[in-house]
Amino acid sequence: MTNTMNNAAPELDLIDVGGMNRASFILKSALAIGTTAGAAAVGPFVTNALAATASSDIDILNFALTLEYLETRFYKEATKLKLSSKVAKLAKQFADEEQQHVNALKGAVKQSGGKPAAKPTFAFGVTDEKSFLKLAQTLEDTGVSAYNGAGPLLKNKDLLLAAGSIVQVEARHAAAIRLLNGVNPAPDAFDKSLDKAAVLKAVTPLIKG
Amino acid sequence: MPDSEKTTSALDELRDDPTSRKKFLTRVGGTGGVAAMAVLLGACGSSNNSSSTSTPAAAGTTAAAASGGSEQGDLDILNYALTLEHLETDFYNKVIAAGLFKGAQADLLKHFGESEQQHVDALTATIKKLGGTPVAAPKSKFPIKDAMSVAKLAATVENLGAAAYLAQAPKIKNAEVLAAALSIHSVEARHAATLNTLIGKKITPDGAFGKPAEMSTVLAAVKPFIVA
Repeated sequence: MTNTMNNAAPELDLIDVGGMNRASFILKSALAIGTTAGAAAVGPFVTNALAATASSDIDILNFALTLEYLETRFYKEATKLKLSSKVAKLAKQFADEEQQHVNALKGAVKQSGGKPAAKPTFAFGVTDEKSFLKLAQTLEDTGVSAYNGAGPLLKNKDLLLAAGSIVQVEARHAAAIRLLNGVNPAPDAFDKSLDKAAVLKAVTPLIKG
Repeated sequence: MPDSEKTTSALDELRDDPTSRKKFLTRVGGTGGVAAMAVLLGACGSSNNSSSTSTPAAAGTTAAAASGGSEQGDLDILNYALTLEHLETDFYNKVIAAGLFKGAQADLLKHFGESEQQHVDALTATIKKLGGTPVAAPKSKFPIKDAMSVAKLAATVENLGAAAYLAQAPKIKNAEVLAAALSIHSVEARHAATLNTLIGKKITPDGAFGKPAEMSTVLAAVKPFIVA
C-alpha cells in the first residue's frame, strides 16, 4: 500500500518561509502537512483550507503565486550549488519556467482586480546535488497536489485553464526530477487522493484557527 | 539522424541503470483507482465516511456542484476521455505484447498501461454513477514496429492526452468530476514528460505553459488508430 506519493516527506521540514500574509500561512501549513503526511496529502489540505475560508479567485491565485515564488527561489539558489551539467541545465530551465509562472500569476491577480502577494523569504537547507534533487522531487509533487486541490475552487474558467496549463508543467518537472532520482516518474494512476481522513482530522484545528 | 542517436543513448541509459529498474519494480503496483474515484465522487453521500463528515468545506463544495451544472455535458466529456483512455490502454497492451522493450523500460511501460486501465475503470464507474452509458472500447490499430518508433508514438499519444484533458477541464461542471479529471491530467503529463525524456525531446515542449487541444483536434489525431 505504500508508495512515494503518500509517504511522509521530512525534507519539507527544512524549508523556512518568512512573511505572514494569508497565502504564505496556507503555504506554510501545506508544507507542514507534506512533512508529516506526504505530498499527496497537500492537495486535500489546500482544498479544505481555501474552501473553509471562502476564498476568492484572487486568494487562490495569490496562494499559487506564493508557491511559485518558492519554486523559483529554490531553482535559482540551486545554481549556486555544484551540480552536474545535466542537472544544472534542468535547474536553469525550471527556474525560468517557474519565473514565468510567477509573472503570469501576478498578471492574473492584477487583472482580477487584486494585489499580488508579497514575496516571502525562503531558506531551503539544500547543500548538494543529492539533497537538491530530493527536495526538488518533493516540491514538484507538492506543487502538483496543491494545484490539483485548488483548481476546482476557481470560479473563473479562464483562470482554471491557466492553472491547468501551469500544473501540467509542474507534473512534467516532477516526472523529470523523479527520473533523475531513479524512482518511478508517475507512481500513481491518480495524482490526488481524498482518502486522507487522518490528515483532514489533523489539519482541522489549523484551518479553523 | 542526431535525434535518434540521442534517443538511443537515453533509452540505453535507463535500461542499463539497475537502480532505477529495481526502484521501478518495487513501486509498480495498483493503488485502487476505482476506489480513489469513488471517494472523490462519494464525498457528499456516505455518512460513514469520516473524511466527508468531518470536513464541512468539502461537503459544501460537493453540494454546490451537485445542485447545478449540466450533467449531460460532463457525461459527454467523460465518454470522450474514456475513449482516449481505452486507446491508450490498448496501445500499451499491444506494445508490451510485442516484446520490444526490456528491463526498466518494459516495467515502466507496463506500469503506464496499468495506470491507463485504472483511468478506464474509474471513468466507466463515474459515468455509470452519473446515470450515463459508458462508450464501448473502440477497436484499435497501431503501427508497432520497433522500439524507437513506438517510444515516439507513445510520447505523441501522452502529450496529446495531457492536452486533451487540459482543454476539457474548464468545461466540466461537477466539481468532483473536475477534481478527478485534474488528477488524471497531471498523471498523463508525467507520462508525457517521461516519454519525452526517453526519446530526447524537451520535457516541456510548450514551454512554461501546457497547451490545450480541443476535442476535434484530438479526435482527428487519433482517427488513424481506430478501426472503422
